Amino acid sequence: MDVDRPVVPAGPEGPEGPEGRDGSDGSAPAPASVRGRGGRGRATGVRLALMALPLAFFAVFFAYPVGAIVARGLHQGGRWRFGAVGDVLGDPSIRHVLWFTCWQAAASTALTLAVGLPGAYVFARLEFPGKRLLRAVVTVPFVLPTVVAGSAFLALLGRGGFTDSLLGFRLDTSVWAILVAHVFFNYAVVVRTVGGLWAQLDPRQEEAARMLGAGRLAAWRRVTLPALAPSVAAAALMVFLFTFTSFGVIQILGGPTRSTLEVEIYRQTAELLDLPTAAVLTLLQFVAVAVILGVHAWTVRRRESALRLVDAARTAHRPRGGERALLAGVLAVVALLILLPLGVLVARSFDGPNGYGLAFYRALASTDGSGDGGTFLVSPLETVWNSLRYAAVATVIALAVGALAAAALARRAGRVMRGFDALLMLPLGTSAVTVGFGFLITLDKPPLDLRDSWLLVPLAQALVGVPFVVRVMLPVLRAVDARLREAAAVLGASPLRAWREVELPMVARAVGIAAGFAFAVSLGEFGATVFIARPDSPTLPVAVARLLGRAGEMNYGQAMALSTILMVVCAASLLILETAWQRRPDGRRTTVPTGEF
Amino acid sequence: MNSTIHRRALGALAVATACAAALSACGSSSGTKAAGGGTASGGGSRTVTVVSHDSFAASKSVLAEFTKETGYTVKVLRGGDAGAAVNQAILTKDHPRGDVFFGVDNTLLSRALDNGLFDPYTAKGLDQVPSDVQLDATQHRATPIDSGDVCVNYDRAYFAAHGIAPPQTFADLVKPQYKNLLVTENVATSSPGLAFMLGSVATYGDSGWQSYWKQLKANGVEVVDGWEQAYNDRFSGSAAGKKAKGDRPLVVSYASSPPAEVVGVTPPPAQSPVGVATGTCFRQIEFAGLLHGAKNPAGGKAFIDFMLSKAFQQDMPLQMYVDPVVKGAVEPAVFVKYGAKVDHPTTLPPAEIAAKRDDWVKAWTSTVL
Amino acid sequence: MTALLRIEAATVRFGDRAALDGVDLDVTAHETVCVLGPSGSGKSTLLRAVAGLQPLDAGRVLLDGADQAGTPPHRRGVGLMFQDHQLFPQRDVGGNVAFGPRMHKMPRERRDPRVAELLDLVGLPGAAHRAVSTLSGGEQQRVALARALAPEPRLLMLDEPLGQLDRSLRERLVVELRQLFGRLGTTVLAVTHDQGEAFALADRVVVMRGGTIAQSGTPLAVWQHPASEFVARFLGFDTIADGVVSGGVAVTAWGKLPVPDGTPEGPARVLVRPPGVLLGPADEGLPCEVRARTFRGGRVALVLGVTGAERAPALEAESTLRDAPAEGDRVGVTFDPGEVVVLDR
Repeated sequence: MDVDRPVVPAGPEGPEGPEGRDGSDGSAPAPASVRGRGGRGRATGVRLALMALPLAFFAVFFAYPVGAIVARGLHQGGRWRFGAVGDVLGDPSIRHVLWFTCWQAAASTALTLAVGLPGAYVFARLEFPGKRLLRAVVTVPFVLPTVVAGSAFLALLGRGGFTDSLLGFRLDTSVWAILVAHVFFNYAVVVRTVGGLWAQLDPRQEEAARMLGAGRLAAWRRVTLPALAPSVAAAALMVFLFTFTSFGVIQILGGPTRSTLEVEIYRQTAELLDLPTAAVLTLLQFVAVAVILGVHAWTVRRRESALRLVDAARTAHRPRGGERALLAGVLAVVALLILLPLGVLVARSFDGPNGYGLAFYRALASTDGSGDGGTFLVSPLETVWNSLRYAAVATVIALAVGALAAAALARRAGRVMRGFDALLMLPLGTSAVTVGFGFLITLDKPPLDLRDSWLLVPLAQALVGVPFVVRVMLPVLRAVDARLREAAAVLGASPLRAWREVELPMVARAVGIAAGFAFAVSLGEFGATVFIARPDSPTLPVAVARLLGRAGEMNYGQAMALSTILMVVCAASLLILETAWQRRPDGRRTTVPTGEF
Repeated sequence: MNSTIHRRALGALAVATACAAALSACGSSSGTKAAGGGTASGGGSRTVTVVSHDSFAASKSVLAEFTKETGYTVKVLRGGDAGAAVNQAILTKDHPRGDVFFGVDNTLLSRALDNGLFDPYTAKGLDQVPSDVQLDATQHRATPIDSGDVCVNYDRAYFAAHGIAPPQTFADLVKPQYKNLLVTENVATSSPGLAFMLGSVATYGDSGWQSYWKQLKANGVEVVDGWEQAYNDRFSGSAAGKKAKGDRPLVVSYASSPPAEVVGVTPPPAQSPVGVATGTCFRQIEFAGLLHGAKNPAGGKAFIDFMLSKAFQQDMPLQMYVDPVVKGAVEPAVFVKYGAKVDHPTTLPPAEIAAKRDDWVKAWTSTVL
Repeated sequence: MTALLRIEAATVRFGDRAALDGVDLDVTAHETVCVLGPSGSGKSTLLRAVAGLQPLDAGRVLLDGADQAGTPPHRRGVGLMFQDHQLFPQRDVGGNVAFGPRMHKMPRERRDPRVAELLDLVGLPGAAHRAVSTLSGGEQQRVALARALAPEPRLLMLDEPLGQLDRSLRERLVVELRQLFGRLGTTVLAVTHDQGEAFALADRVVVMRGGTIAQSGTPLAVWQHPASEFVARFLGFDTIADGVVSGGVAVTAWGKLPVPDGTPEGPARVLVRPPGVLLGPADEGLPCEVRARTFRGGRVALVLGVTGAERAPALEAESTLRDAPAEGDRVGVTFDPGEVVVLDR
């Protein structure tokens, strides 16, 4: 799939026409990979070499474990039992689950886009104080454990919450709670994905349309929206995948009568150990995800077009006229939808048994392992370190695998490549329980006896990080002019050197954003982490969940305090990561287009 | 010049990686002191590996005592809740990851035993354990370690303010004065939810429990998916529930919740804000077993023995909020002061639970949801 | 003397179409050769083939007599200046110029002076620390040139070197480049679609058409004797008519034109270059009417129609501003035999 594929203008031809591409088929600016017979063979070799690591990674840490757990379910008593498929699909309650899973995901996606697109515009095009901080903050829900966020969300929609006290209605038991919570969690996906491209769209295109007589809205609809379509589609895909496989939100806010495939797979695997049913459901989810990816690839390919991209710094301006109202509206939505629930968590972390104070933070500090704190709790500082180091390792793995995959995919996508791209997305649509249990039954023999290794956790987290890295880097790599590489080559740089000297610096910002996402995903990752039993080094989200699982004011308060720490760590990490990659020595940003996703 | 930024960025990444590597190196050795340097495994291993659920906990000093007595260090592998941990152990029974499994309760015991998870071992000190909790007394594959009661908890302040006596029994809960007051958990997704339902089965029998639940439903019982939401968000008696504006003064929780609610609170209140309806309890007993195929069976046996020692038994209440099973083990003061005494909890034989559990859950789901 | 660059029967196909079709070309040391041709004639492909960026389907590329097949671009020792410069956006000016020497492992203490020297040479002294995005088009062109020259390539190739610049800058730079290459003794193979640029820059001009070489020679020779109607028209000559050569004259729709001695008899295409169309009083020579008049600075370009012969091809003529007739004026035309060229068919 060519997800939002910005193609830099200024092709090889000057104003006089496409001399440079001579007799090529005209679909590509004669990149280095389009060569004679010998060259073509070499390009394929390069692509295969680039794909080797990602393929091996996915084969060993995804296909093999998931395949094994599915096979364990369907292969029983010495033969394959595909009859289970019919049994499960014939169950009306499963069909109900499937239907609910699909429609709530579709509705959540639509709602998230509707709420998120104005936000994307505001964050992309308008300058206002605190923008960078706020951009990091809206990403925080994305990493929060759902069990924490779900609870905070009740403060918005539940009894005595915002809508109850101000508007007189409660949403906490309705399906609306699920939809609104999905917006809360995925707002940043839309803002970052679409906003990243929007910031770099040349505003003159829209101005040109307006000079030709189109109204403001018509110009947006006819010119900007089609140009944004690939990134909107990419954002929609990610949101759909996330909401399709929603787990915690459904459990906490949906009530016991609403269940998604993901919840059902969890129940069948972790609680009931009904592996045949779980296997069928996993396959069902694969089919659904494959269909989603197919539809997405189809829409993106139809919309694909060359875009004129400019420096993001040039398009941003202070709000004027109606934009002030838009900015106010978006800020109000952010405040209500994101800051309010987050604020509730923070407030509760200070609301101690004897009034507001640092009692819970002090309690956290007292379990620092120096005393006889027991093995249940580790010091909060240690969980922060655990989280950071897992996330750092997961980020490195995700970057290495994702960057290689993106590099392979950027060199022209054939049908095989598209399949490879889809494969990379599959982990997003796979239950953490399936992966975690799969790890347990497959990675148990040398040379891959990793079951007790701390590495399992970052490996599982990297599986989810890789799709982000690929989505962020692919458009940028595709937009890097192949002739820059050639320019380096004729100046004496070997292909490897040219990549290091020319391409890598150009995609550095995208790498930073990709790293930020992978890091955030790992930081907040809960499912795989909790299902992989390991020597005790709990991450922040795991420690929060442990505390929440116990009665008592101190436990609950400490959970809130740890959640607050998690939020701060996440926002700070994102700010640091993005700043480190974004800044240039002369203080200007690069003009390299950066698609996010 | 040109490459300063990306060099700096790469540098940051390199530093992060190096830190991560360094941290992980020391994390595996010092992260848990109790785990020690337990890297070597095999015949002569001095490490005992305990596989358990996420709630397993013990004081470091108690584990250090074990090491001092036996020379074994303890490494704990935790994964998921009780159900998930048992299922993981079953899935990996051909290559067990440890020597001892702790944390299978009576609702799951048959599944573990039927799958041949454990080798028989008669623990030292078993004679001090009452026979009514020894559910595998003939073969000694599973050794009872602790017990806990799932009971309806009530918000003392609510009932005092409204001048109503709090309920005490299953039968009380369907009375009109308790209409719309109880919140419980989905039996399909929650362990206390399941236990509460089993309690109703034990009380009203296989033929009567469903009609009891029909009455409960008519009396406005609310069902949520997990204990966290029920206790922390919906229940009005817990500190968390107060902040979350919970409006249900009755919740299905544990007999240990009242003391837990006040642990660490200073100054200590005269009474826990939460009370226990002692006639609504279902007893959960947790077992440990020697994993079949354990690499260090001698160490595993030693740890099972140790879990029945006074030191470990008396440490459990504050670490895991459960009751000791060994006669004469002294409970901590906070449990004595704030806890409830449950004299006649309901129980069901594990075999019956294993046989009928799925049908019960299905029946419950169609009746209540 | 062997050629520095020898191209033998070079062929590159894209699908069914040949972008290069058996091209033979030699470039000797210190020579500046300009390849001239319209879009799609294969001239950029030729440069890419020499650089090793485009594998040949047939034929050979030899540098200093050595076959370059299998030698990757970075080991060929040739320089290529891209038409839109392709400066590395994340490096400053000095970083761009120093790139080649760095790849060739030139030590820093020699590299820095070399960068300064080259920036002096292209007229941008002290610009080493400027960001490339702050450069004007002309400055970018100069930096690209300095970057291409920096590793001292044995052959410098330029792809539309002045293509994106405005006219006055182009005219100035083309002179500068010619002087610079003469001074440095650089061997240059350049590609352009602009005949003026090619004639001003080159020792030798090669005109390409459809992947083959249509004509090769000094600028003067090509200008004076376009080998074919294609070359003539590409050079901007449109006064071309059918004729029959017989006894030292060609009979055309414009009447009888004198042709050079030794011109083969028979049907031919006949070109009259604009300076060869001489204007006189309306009653002398071929009667014509001025259809269009274009002001070209010091001179005026005229398009003339033959009176009473509307189907005869139009004539292009030149005149001084003072003598130029007005549109609609009637003039008489005679022809200068020296400007009449009989084209190969």
